[in-house]
Amino acid sequence: LSEEKEIKCVVWDLDETLWEGTVLESDEVRLKPGIADMVRTLDSRGILQSLASKGDYAAAMEKLEEFGLAEFFLYPEISWDAKSASIGRIRERLNIGIDTFLFIDDQPFERDEVKHVFPEVLCWKASAYEALLEHPRLNPKFITEDSRKRRRMYLEDIQRKREEEEFAGPKLDFLESLDMELVINGAQEQDLERAEELTQRTNQLNTTGIAYSYEELKALLRSPRHRLLVCELRDRYGSYGKIGLALLELHEDYWNLKLFLMSCRVMTRGVGSVLLSHIMKEAKKEGKRLRAEFKHTGRNRLMFVTFKFANFKAVSAGNEENMALENDLSAIKEIPPYIRVIETRSG
Amino acid sequence: MDKTQTIREFIESHIVDPEFKGGIEGDIDIFGLGILDSMFALQLVNFIEERFGIAVTDEDLDIQNFSSVNRITAFVDRKKEALDG
Repeated sequence: LSEEKEIKCVVWDLDETLWEGTVLESDEVRLKPGIADMVRTLDSRGILQSLASKGDYAAAMEKLEEFGLAEFFLYPEISWDAKSASIGRIRERLNIGIDTFLFIDDQPFERDEVKHVFPEVLCWKASAYEALLEHPRLNPKFITEDSRKRRRMYLEDIQRKREEEEFAGPKLDFLESLDMELVINGAQEQDLERAEELTQRTNQLNTTGIAYSYEELKALLRSPRHRLLVCELRDRYGSYGKIGLALLELHEDYWNLKLFLMSCRVMTRGVGSVLLSHIMKEAKKEGKRLRAEFKHTGRNRLMFVTFKFANFKAVSAGNEENMALENDLSAIKEIPPYIRVIETRSG
Repeated sequence: MDKTQTIREFIESHIVDPEFKGGIEGDIDIFGLGILDSMFALQLVNFIEERFGIAVTDEDLDIQNFSSVNRITAFVDRKKEALDG
């Protein structure tokens, strides 16, 4: 079996799972004992939650409002659709791996249907819910500022997307209206928990897919031969949190980019290329060549394209999986006009 | 629809600035316009693979092959030739 990832999203059924009773049959539904605290605890751990329930959307949401729980569920799916289709849509909107989902439902048929379509989804029967908070995959090693704010950041994203769809003018004007700022910092010790989390959670926009532990990152932070950069993206809706990481190994005549990643939440904002351009400019200014390590993971082709299109060339055919790339820094893409780069501490 | 036109329309449908829509000449450097991100780059590569039935290898992923409508057309022609020949 492949390694078990931390669960990023718990998808709940409602009737006879989150609460006792069936909304459309009676008004007398009652939350299962301890469930409200459980939902809040998962939320505070940075684990997202959603709903895949059969029934009437308005009636179910009204109940959730009454219980004060509605705000905890992102992209709730309450309809008569197959639950696998609901989970598929939730996954697409959250843009996270299907193997990081937990689905809880009292009906064996629903669990089997989901399991059949998505074998990677962990499926639990409703009666097992009391053990939920103890489950190792629901206990992230660190709970960072970013994880605590995670649901709120997704809610801000929903707002952004809504306004983006409603925005009448050209998309460039919309991007300009966001007032984006990319803050690039040399990492400090308080950034390391989030940095570790980023190396573990980021798959698509990751040059190597190699996870670094807190201790390893701490050693790198102290090493005079390394520079660890952390970046945060902000716009007029708020902060996206710390969303990018770059690790440079400093050599006499070149820098080696050992790790470069961006959270998938900022995929459509083009900030990966901005950070890459920034690093390229820095290297050129210091008179260094720039190298980068790359490892195909089957999920990170977007990052490979980003590097190749930024003019990186393969230097060693060598091992198919582990590649060395190099950039002669002769053509560095300009930072687009709709984003401002702010450097506050050097690394 | 001819190949060049198919490619041009795909690019234009993704360009964020209407000023360039319908005005992408064959040799214009599409990434030099500064309004396309790497998400688009990957979508372009995937589109070309699916639409023309070719596989873009690591070596093919050179900006020189993708920087303009004409270059993409020429690249697709070369790949198809290699495939058929």
